[in-house]
Amino acid sequence: MATTLAKDSSQAAAKHDTAHPKGVTRRPNWLGGAIAWLWLAVVVVPIYWIVITSFKSQSNYYAENPLVPPSEPTLANYQMVIESDFIRYFINSVVVTVGAVVPAVAVSFMAAYAIVRSGRGRFLRWTNSTFLMGLAIPHQATVIPIYLIIIKLHLYDTLLALILPSIAFAIPLSVLILANFIRDVPKELFESMRLDGATEMGTLWNLALPLTRPAVVTVTIYNALTIWNGFLLPLILTQSPEQRTLPLALWTFQGQYSINVPAVLASVVLTSLPILILYVVGRRQLLAGLTAGFGK
Amino acid sequence: MTVPPVPARGNASLTAAPGGQGRGLAWLAVPALLLFVAFAVIPLIGVFVLSFTSWDGLGEIRPAGFDSWRAVLSDPGLPHALWVTFLVIALSWAVQTPASILLGTFLAGFQRYRAVLSVVYFIPLLLSSAAIAITYKALLDPNFGLGAGLGIPILVQDWLGEPVLAFSVVIFVVSWQFIPFHSLIYQGGVRQIPRSMYEAAEIDGAGRVRMFFSITLPQLKYTIITSSTLMVVGSLVFFDLIFVLTAGGPGDATRVLALEMYKRGFQANLMGPASAIAVILVLVGLVLALLLRRLGGRNSSHSQLEGA
Repeated sequence: MATTLAKDSSQAAAKHDTAHPKGVTRRPNWLGGAIAWLWLAVVVVPIYWIVITSFKSQSNYYAENPLVPPSEPTLANYQMVIESDFIRYFINSVVVTVGAVVPAVAVSFMAAYAIVRSGRGRFLRWTNSTFLMGLAIPHQATVIPIYLIIIKLHLYDTLLALILPSIAFAIPLSVLILANFIRDVPKELFESMRLDGATEMGTLWNLALPLTRPAVVTVTIYNALTIWNGFLLPLILTQSPEQRTLPLALWTFQGQYSINVPAVLASVVLTSLPILILYVVGRRQLLAGLTAGFGK
Repeated sequence: MTVPPVPARGNASLTAAPGGQGRGLAWLAVPALLLFVAFAVIPLIGVFVLSFTSWDGLGEIRPAGFDSWRAVLSDPGLPHALWVTFLVIALSWAVQTPASILLGTFLAGFQRYRAVLSVVYFIPLLLSSAAIAITYKALLDPNFGLGAGLGIPILVQDWLGEPVLAFSVVIFVVSWQFIPFHSLIYQGGVRQIPRSMYEAAEIDGAGRVRMFFSITLPQLKYTIITSSTLMVVGSLVFFDLIFVLTAGGPGDATRVLALEMYKRGFQANLMGPASAIAVILVLVGLVLALLLRRLGGRNSSHSQLEGA
């Protein structure tokens, strides 16, 4: 009973989302349009330049017009980057991202559920306030004590050293967004689940989670992006090349090959490629999720 | 300090927990709380405590009283770093906000080619700051970059070697990276404005510009606060982009507070003074977030729709 209700309302919500964007007139927006095309150029030119340059040999790079595709495209730069342990850094980044995002979203969802469903207790109120305060703290300012804690835990130069603080940093915004969405689930649904004799965990799992899936997706993607691209934590909490993640590897690679610009740009393409592929696949979901998550 | 800097609908409605059910759920919040306390709250207290000690990052931590604070506060580098940080925040806000509002409003509209545009639009959002900084370093190289390659004299400048130019490049690159994100927030905000308001205005014969200033902009008030808060707290701690792009240079032209903290802590091994700078960062962040919240009115957690 409750599950069918849940399904109905989630379908209704989906329909609502895909309906014509409301709230804007049909008149042409010339200024916005002009800025949009200008912005497109500002974004496209550097990206185009990165891609074509990464296929140029070093001598062609100096000789050719920078905006003309390579006359003799080469994969040598890519080969060089891949041979310099790219795969290892890639795996490290995947481990850190998955290892931090999955627990972060799970604990945040549980906390958001508790806060919305029984936020009257002093403990939960205090918890909520703590998370909200966390939003205003520039997390980078806390890295020195984090460095100390990681050393004391004997985790320095391990991937776990990157995972633990990343989870903590992800919690406040995740709880906020998830709680906002769980709050929108009609009370009646919770009540009917209760009448059906469902346990709290059952309600969380079978009602709240499916109904707030768009929010869960948003939070997952947002955290994954932030953590995948993280630079400061890997910089201060790891040391050996074996523990490097992609952004840090990119930086060290740039130091090593600074004279070979096409090779450096090939490494930029390679480190960005996984996330770009995901973007092409899940673009709609990503943009819809982020718009809803922050527009709320 | 229970003030949420991000105006969120319904934070105040904690008391309206559905029907008072779901008691005994508190344990569900425990894992998140433990992790957050261990790696965010304790470090926050820790950074304050460490600012009264001396530590080289490896050896023993010794109490040092106000030594670090004295060293930091008497260092002429601090007002400079504060000033540069402030300039980065103010200028990147001034560049990003109007552009993001216009873009967001445009993207919320009906144009058919929006979907095509948005495939490319949001790529900067996905790239790491390190990748973006490295790209712009190569792109702006006075000898081999884009300007030199195309032979356009005005583009051939020592972009990262001249203080004013380097600072402008930082603002530009920051905007390049974050305008997509903020235009997305504004797009979401514009979509929540009731269509009836525009219809009414249309009947009254209002033009697009008039509608923008009389409806869209006022209705975006809370979105502007949200976006600005994220922007300000974010630019306060711009580290990776500036670190890779200019490393604070030339000279100290782009030496922001976060970079100052890193350099003193992890390069000069002076964790005490570095912690003092971190405390300043936290304080500035909190003050700015509170100010923005004040601007948002007494209760920005109400839905914008309710007053419409």
